[in-house]
Amino acid sequence: MTATHTKAGEAKAGTKVMTVLEAITDAMRTEMRNDDRVVVFGEDVGKKGGVFGATMGLFDEFGEKRCFDTPLSECGIIGTAIGMAVYGMRPIAEIQFLDFIYPAFDQIVSEAAKMRYRSGGEYTCPLVIRSPYGGGIRGGHYHSQSSEAYFCHTPGLKVVIPSTPADAKGLLIASIRDEDPVMFLEPKRIYRHGKGEVPLGEHVVPLGKARIAREGTDVTVLCYGAMVPVCEQAADEAQKAGRSVEIVDLRTLVPLDEQAVLSSVKKTGRCVVVYEAPKTCGYGAELSAIIAEKCIEHLEGPVVRVAGFDTPFPYTLEALYMPDVKRVAAGIEKTFVW
Amino acid sequence: MTELLSILDQDGKAQKGKDPNLPGPELQKLYRLMVRTRALDDRGLALQRQGRIGFYLQSTGQEASHLGAAYALADSDWLFPAYRQPGILLLREVPLQMIVAEWFGNSGDTSKGRQMPVHYSFRQANFVSISSPIGTQLSQAAGAGMAARIRGDDTVFMTFCGDGGTSSNDFHCGLNFAAVYKAPVVFVCENNGWAISVPSCKQTASESMAIKAAAYGMPGVRVDGNDVLAVYRVCKEAVDRARRGEGPTLVETVTYRIASHSSSDDAARYRDAKEFEAWKKKDPIARFRQYLEHKKLWNDALEQECVESAKAAVNEAVAAAEALPNVEPGTLFDDVYMNLTPQLREQRQELHDLMAKGGVGADVGHFPL
Repeated sequence: MTATHTKAGEAKAGTKVMTVLEAITDAMRTEMRNDDRVVVFGEDVGKKGGVFGATMGLFDEFGEKRCFDTPLSECGIIGTAIGMAVYGMRPIAEIQFLDFIYPAFDQIVSEAAKMRYRSGGEYTCPLVIRSPYGGGIRGGHYHSQSSEAYFCHTPGLKVVIPSTPADAKGLLIASIRDEDPVMFLEPKRIYRHGKGEVPLGEHVVPLGKARIAREGTDVTVLCYGAMVPVCEQAADEAQKAGRSVEIVDLRTLVPLDEQAVLSSVKKTGRCVVVYEAPKTCGYGAELSAIIAEKCIEHLEGPVVRVAGFDTPFPYTLEALYMPDVKRVAAGIEKTFVW
Repeated sequence: MTELLSILDQDGKAQKGKDPNLPGPELQKLYRLMVRTRALDDRGLALQRQGRIGFYLQSTGQEASHLGAAYALADSDWLFPAYRQPGILLLREVPLQMIVAEWFGNSGDTSKGRQMPVHYSFRQANFVSISSPIGTQLSQAAGAGMAARIRGDDTVFMTFCGDGGTSSNDFHCGLNFAAVYKAPVVFVCENNGWAISVPSCKQTASESMAIKAAAYGMPGVRVDGNDVLAVYRVCKEAVDRARRGEGPTLVETVTYRIASHSSSDDAARYRDAKEFEAWKKKDPIARFRQYLEHKKLWNDALEQECVESAKAAVNEAVAAAEALPNVEPGTLFDDVYMNLTPQLREQRQELHDLMAKGGVGADVGHFPL
């Protein structure tokens, strides 16, 4: 695993070594203990504890009133979650796979995202929509997509994607406490890969602040979610060729920590943007445009996008579709030789 | 066909044993609200025709349907409305000027000019912001009802849709979730016969809208929507049932959209004049007036005073609301989130700088024309 991860049994005092998945559960448990307005619901989240186990133990601790199963209807899950939020609760709605969220799209983009604005601030929608997303689990195109860009394109929504256990907990707690609707997208590929130290109890990572996952001087790699460990390995490869790579883990796509992006790119003069969604109009397109608008004079070479291809997400050819260490390393090299 | 419940006949006579026997002053209040709602509606369309507001959606003919329904609620109960229930704002004592300011979308508008006319939001009245997509409020009301049950509140939630709304995704999931969780919700489907130009017979092959309730495991009631007492009685039972923790009810009020869909529509292009004329004779206000007269609670002098004071109040509200200044350009960026993001702050500054140079935004003051 990567440098940010620690082996089990080495936790510092006040921390515990956890997977991303365990950290997500811990975040919900912490907030449900803190605030009785917090409830979690969705398909199979009750007794079963979720298809990935993210809500494991919450039904037993908090009972059916605060952790419950719903009918199989994404539209209904989000519509009711909005009603709860408007009425003053802090709902966490789980959508089993991001690929299944589209029946709820109208509720998310027309209702949750616009409630505060359209009511002149009279009504708000402090809601967290948690959903596993992304490929790498042999899930074919209905269990693998990265459709974050749809939500980033909707004013009123925040979009958060963790990549480490500590961030998964801290960002989820910040999302639950946020006064606006948050899409909390969980990179399921790294749910159980690698463990890391996670602070026990209260742990908040503010939204809108990127993390420098690795410092470097020659080239900046912008990434998020399951692409972060891939980029870290690619940076190791590039290091062998003498390239010093800085990795910026965005953590929050909306609102973006533009300062962190720009100061890193200004420092290195080169940039690779890595995302597993289809290349065209993906979030990396926005990053590329921001860099072109605001620091083109600092660039030593073109901004390179390493992304998924503009195809539906494949099943057996998944490994070819997903940006991997070699493709990211090639992308890094391309910023030097072009 | 599901039975159509009514209390008043076309001449305003109450059927024996069915009159809810509301106190005289309450009946008069309800009537005055219906008259005032109609006056507001007439003026709204007129202002649009005069080009003083950008758009209008009338509720003419549906006064009994929505006022009778909401009259069954306690003031602390919540509404997740559609867009043809303006009388509820009057019932809940929202000042007329605030309602009219929403049409102008100016600085007097609680929604800060963010939405087209008639898409009200009044927190003071527990009247949740209206959106244009059809039916979305139905599942939200179910969720709010679920929340109240979780918290142990005794709030009841009333939500509205039209006949077209019964075809929406949210009609299905809203009713389904509400029934599964026994949420304290009253779903009122105002079946006014038309969804813009599509008649209700093309929305469903069901014999009624009310019968759909059976599939969700809740009671469904069909009531004469132009009979304010019948709507009130049916909804009162549904509200009481919800408050007792017995779950949701679907109420179908059978009424008619006397006006076109909106100020942008002309119903004469697709609607049979005979059907329209027949429904016009069933005017809910005239019918209720006859009932009051039978009860010696109303007369010509009261009518004249009521109509004139309604018009005067609306005129006064229009004059006051229209005189208010426009919304400030900078408010464009407010309320997207609780706090401005760095990106919004930058965009606001960019617009501000361009406006300061002149040119950009020069015609903002002429909205809506």
